[in-house]
Amino acid sequence: MLKKLHKRDKISSNSSSFINTIKEESISFFIHMANATEYLKLVFKNFFSKRFEFQEFLKQCYQMGNKSVGLISVTGIIIGLVLTIQSRPPLVKFGAVAMLPGMVAISIIREMGPVITALICAGKIGSSMGAELGSMRVSEQIDAMEVSNTHPINFLVIPRVFAAIVMIPLLTLYADAIGIFGSWLGINIKDDMSLRLFINQAFTDLDFMDIIPAVIKSFFFGAVIGLVGCYKGYNAGRGTESVGIAANSAVVTASLLLIIVDLIAVQITDLL
Amino acid sequence: MEKQTNKVVVDIQNLKKSFGDLKVLDGITLQLHEKENLVVLGKSGSGKSVLIKCIVSLLKHDKGSITVGKHELTDINDEDLVKVRRKIGFLFQGAALYDSMTVRENLTFALSRLKEKFSKQEINDKIIEALENVGLPDAIDKMPSELSGGMKKRIGLARTLVVHPDIILYDEPTTGLDPITSNEISDLINETKEKFNNSSIIITHDMNCVKTVADRIVMIKDGKVYKEGNLEEFITNEDEYIQSFFK
Repeated sequence: MLKKLHKRDKISSNSSSFINTIKEESISFFIHMANATEYLKLVFKNFFSKRFEFQEFLKQCYQMGNKSVGLISVTGIIIGLVLTIQSRPPLVKFGAVAMLPGMVAISIIREMGPVITALICAGKIGSSMGAELGSMRVSEQIDAMEVSNTHPINFLVIPRVFAAIVMIPLLTLYADAIGIFGSWLGINIKDDMSLRLFINQAFTDLDFMDIIPAVIKSFFFGAVIGLVGCYKGYNAGRGTESVGIAANSAVVTASLLLIIVDLIAVQITDLL
Repeated sequence: MEKQTNKVVVDIQNLKKSFGDLKVLDGITLQLHEKENLVVLGKSGSGKSVLIKCIVSLLKHDKGSITVGKHELTDINDEDLVKVRRKIGFLFQGAALYDSMTVRENLTFALSRLKEKFSKQEINDKIIEALENVGLPDAIDKMPSELSGGMKKRIGLARTLVVHPDIILYDEPTTGLDPITSNEISDLINETKEKFNNSSIIITHDMNCVKTVADRIVMIKDGKVYKEGNLEEFITNEDEYIQSFFK
């Protein structure tokens, strides 16, 4: 009997701590949502009402491109190669190997290029934004900027967000080109095909409706990476460990949001 | 040295600030006079830094009033806040130099944010003058990561001085420095006042710094002003809490 009562107490205490955890998590979620809304409002308000920091924007564009181009080149070429090598056997089985360039080009341009580029940039650029702004918050540089009559949103956030919006589509197009080149290399492992013939075959199967939605999607990917990276860094806590938390959280949140945005984009493209 | 006047440049009345349930400032009232070095003393966590962050509106106070010149900071609009901040220089505890910029760019940044526009030559002259004032003209093209703690504080002060503020707020200017560099920074605070006739609030618990720079001292305890007076009054006071600082 005593054992039964003890067990019942344990179950009730477990369930109440479970409810408390859910309550706390829900409150924290709504606080985050309120902060994020306030932050977005501030970004849009300052973009339209304050001067645009063009020099800082150019500097950020250069840094983002410079930081990511090497990694995107390697990843792009490998994705093209792997996709071609993996897709070849089933196509050979059905005697449709001639469709390989077109098929790989479509999958790279419509999906693999934008998503892989965005995920790499979320890791590379998003984390660096989170860490940089987080460390500026910890070392009071953001406060110093505010005291110098410079709104940190204006100088730090808006140029970074717009640089990401501009650079992610450019890097995506670059990744697409490199991926297609990788695919040509992959085909040439088993077959012999000239680059000209490969490109000709690949582009015969492509039309504008494959390219345009993918480019538009990558603008949104850029916005997600920039906004999330800066939000996490700008709102970092005061201790040094919060720099790491901000960088990590920027990557995780941006990656998750990228996949959600991709899902929405695919649904919209499907309707067109 | 020009003598301080009775003109009040910062007037703080019944200031209250809490973080959640924690009352940090619980009705602080104090004034900073023109050409005066006012030292704010108190143990760690007593709200000294919160106090000066409220003066530049980095933190919003909950109750009470802060008047800088003719501007009251409660519900101040953006335009007036720019005017208030133009009058105030803030030397942060860790100097807060922008670590992606050189010393020259740090100072240029401060100048480029002013309403007044300067030519490249004027900016260069002002930067060199500010660096000479803190004794570090050779550091002009260095990155903050190449500077020692004391040098960072001096460059931080140069960045503050380059815009010629009327009021300087020093947040623990000598913390983390060796005694020799601490004394140099304390002397620099006095030299700055002598040269630019500005008023300063110095947050510190370095007693050597207090003895060197203080015209007047305000001691904070439990979020309230515990004692106010000049250095002599503090040294001769027999209160146990006050003596724990001056022993």
